[in-house]
Amino acid sequence: MTDKLKRILPLVQKPARYTGGEYNQIVKNKDEVDVRFAFCFPDTYEIGMSNLGMRILYGLLNELPNVWCERVFAPWIDMEQQMRDNDIPLYALESGDPVKDFDIIAFSIGYEMAYTNILNMLDLAGIPLHASDRHGLKNMVMAGGTCTYNAEPLADFIDLVFLGEGEELDVEVCQLYAEAKKAGLSKEQFLIEAAKIEGVYVPSLYDVSYNDDGTIKAITPRETAKMPCVKRIIEDMDKAYFPTKTIVPSTEIVHDRTTLEVFRGCIRGCRFCQAGYAYRPVRSKSKDVLVKQATEALSDSGYQEITLSSLSTSDYRHLEPLCDDLLDFCIPRSTSLSLPSLRADNFSMELMKRLQKVRKSGLTFAPEAGTQRLRDAINKNVTEEDLLTSCATAFSGGWNGVKLYFMIGLPTETDEDVLGIADLAYKVLATWKRTASVKNRGVTITVSTSCFVPKPHTPFQWEAQNTMDEFKRKQQLLKDAMKAKAINYNWHDPDTSYLEAVFARGDRRLGAVIEQAWRDGAKMDGWGDCFSLERWLGAFEKCGIDPDFYALRERSRDEILPWSMVSVGVDTDYMWSEREQAYKSVITPDCRVQCMGCGANCLLKEKNCDD
Amino acid sequence: MIEQRLRFSKTGRAIYISHLDLMRTFQRAFMRAGIKVKHTEGYNPHAYVSVALPLSVGVSSHCEILDFGLRDDIPLEQLPELMNKALPEGITVTSAYNGGQKVGKLKYVKCEITMEYDNGVPAGTSAALDELFAANELVIEKKTKKGMGMSDIKEGIKRISFEEHSGFVTVSCVLSAQNPAVSPDNIVSAIKQKAPEYAPDFASALRIETFDENMEIFR
Repeated sequence: MTDKLKRILPLVQKPARYTGGEYNQIVKNKDEVDVRFAFCFPDTYEIGMSNLGMRILYGLLNELPNVWCERVFAPWIDMEQQMRDNDIPLYALESGDPVKDFDIIAFSIGYEMAYTNILNMLDLAGIPLHASDRHGLKNMVMAGGTCTYNAEPLADFIDLVFLGEGEELDVEVCQLYAEAKKAGLSKEQFLIEAAKIEGVYVPSLYDVSYNDDGTIKAITPRETAKMPCVKRIIEDMDKAYFPTKTIVPSTEIVHDRTTLEVFRGCIRGCRFCQAGYAYRPVRSKSKDVLVKQATEALSDSGYQEITLSSLSTSDYRHLEPLCDDLLDFCIPRSTSLSLPSLRADNFSMELMKRLQKVRKSGLTFAPEAGTQRLRDAINKNVTEEDLLTSCATAFSGGWNGVKLYFMIGLPTETDEDVLGIADLAYKVLATWKRTASVKNRGVTITVSTSCFVPKPHTPFQWEAQNTMDEFKRKQQLLKDAMKAKAINYNWHDPDTSYLEAVFARGDRRLGAVIEQAWRDGAKMDGWGDCFSLERWLGAFEKCGIDPDFYALRERSRDEILPWSMVSVGVDTDYMWSEREQAYKSVITPDCRVQCMGCGANCLLKEKNCDD
Repeated sequence: MIEQRLRFSKTGRAIYISHLDLMRTFQRAFMRAGIKVKHTEGYNPHAYVSVALPLSVGVSSHCEILDFGLRDDIPLEQLPELMNKALPEGITVTSAYNGGQKVGKLKYVKCEITMEYDNGVPAGTSAALDELFAANELVIEKKTKKGMGMSDIKEGIKRISFEEHSGFVTVSCVLSAQNPAVSPDNIVSAIKQKAPEYAPDFASALRIETFDENMEIFR
């Protein structure tokens, strides 16, 4: 640690997040590796260290003898100020070396509101923001993560994008980089070679032209660029690398527990859900592999809390036997097991009760929409009866609270659908009055609504978002309709949802806006106390770009979407037909009832979907 | 009743770990080391640990004390090695034993403060500081239970001496640990408030040893 750093750490909040040195961090000799890889997370340490993907790739890359992967997070405002005042460049936690010393600088991007943090981190590192201003192999800036299924708004800044799961892809790119370094290739030569790798997207190898109305005229690949670039997946989850020896932070993080990934993909096909489409096909781990990984991970970390992670955990085929086996290990060591992502339609009270042996947890359901018609339109195949039955069981079992998550602004939504949310909340309250075994402490029904953001690679990718005024009007409708003391209503501010919608489906022209907003002071936009919509709107104006064009405009079927060069494996025709079904409020059965031929099975070479 | 006690040092990068985080770190380290210890009861059971005299963030120590309850038949002399394999860089268990004096009996802490001067140590620093701390009272503004207030720290300074080096001054002191508590930070504050011309550009502190009221090593 440098003397400069020693002097500023006592002055900032939570300095332990800036020091490294945690249990299980990996330190190598920098002179003995070919590739120094800076794994950058464009948010705070507490958020970044909670990310399972980062932990998987950190462990995996460090298993390669010629690569040393280190961690870099965005410093909080106070630390950034101290670093700038004292000329301390952005550094990696393990070695403390400046990020500028690294070969590959790779960002994991899961949230559009983190885009300005990427620019801020590059700037703090003293690395030119624009890909075209970085020459040579050193400081190659790469990116992966959910947002990069449409990386276009970042195209000016990123040299190479990882599409899909990184367990094999990142290793291939690192090894190619190591060879390129030995052979003395130029940056351009390396990128042309890398573009041949399945799952690699190199933005600079595509030319984009526009029509007079602002829509895209053509996307033209050059050199080795693929059209489309198909995302990568891991076929056999049982054989996939999973870190059971992971860093245990010395300071509290957001998800401070062991996370066990149960399966990838989702059988459900909710039409609004990007993860449900982008992570297809469904691939599960076997129960025995999971029990072994859980036991090893808990023993090695000393955590006394484990959570099962997937898009819909109650859809895991062997969930009950898995929980039984895990509890056999957990209960004697006072370790709690939690299961988020349960569905109201196949939720088991028996299971919930068994999970409560160590610690009692809350109950959360996500009906997403207030009426059956709209739930059918979005293909969230949960009925009111499912929900009320599950609540009744829970209330009679002693629970005195439930959280309900909804979205407003979904396609085809009417005021009747919005008010249906309040109606459902009152039905849950009536259910409590009828069935509760413990009534003296009352009940809390928490209703949360988020604002729908149309996402690329979903059947709703062509949809217009509601205006901010419309969102606010609908929120007011609900505030007025839910006056009961037992009902607690939380709503999400539409400001960030609007910008998310702009950037989620943005194109390359938005790079200038991100840069302008950052120059005007935007950073940590995911944090309410840092975010300013006015600053962003000012940046759009300075760049002469209308954000409504991206958020509020419905696209036609024949429009070339900015992310057309990327495929998640699901056919566009399939997504369009799902959109048409939505407008008819016709549901599509889940993958286990019937395969609807979405196309994602073609990503599997040796196995079948959901094997 | 104190069942078992261990002594540990906290140095290097670990000095930035806060008190609460340090307790969590030990709770997990016991689990990692596979050492069964007494757990708390209630809503959120976890290993019971109690750390005497929480150390300020940024201060190093060679003499920290943690109480716990062993529920395992491993010999205590093996405990430091098992724990050290399970602890992060900078936290090292030096010994473990049964019982121990009540924490209320911990009276004095021996500390070393390093005061750095970027433009060299001002002439006459040690003489001036000797004089400052030789006065009958030393009233400074410091944090008390009721917020910021004036208090005399003189009574809480058992011994203090200054040694000048090139670019820094070493302060060796024995401070009252509780009733009243005087911290190394209070010593530096006193200099900043009473003799600003000798205030350092940066100061860091190290706890060296803890004592009872008879200046016997606290165990």
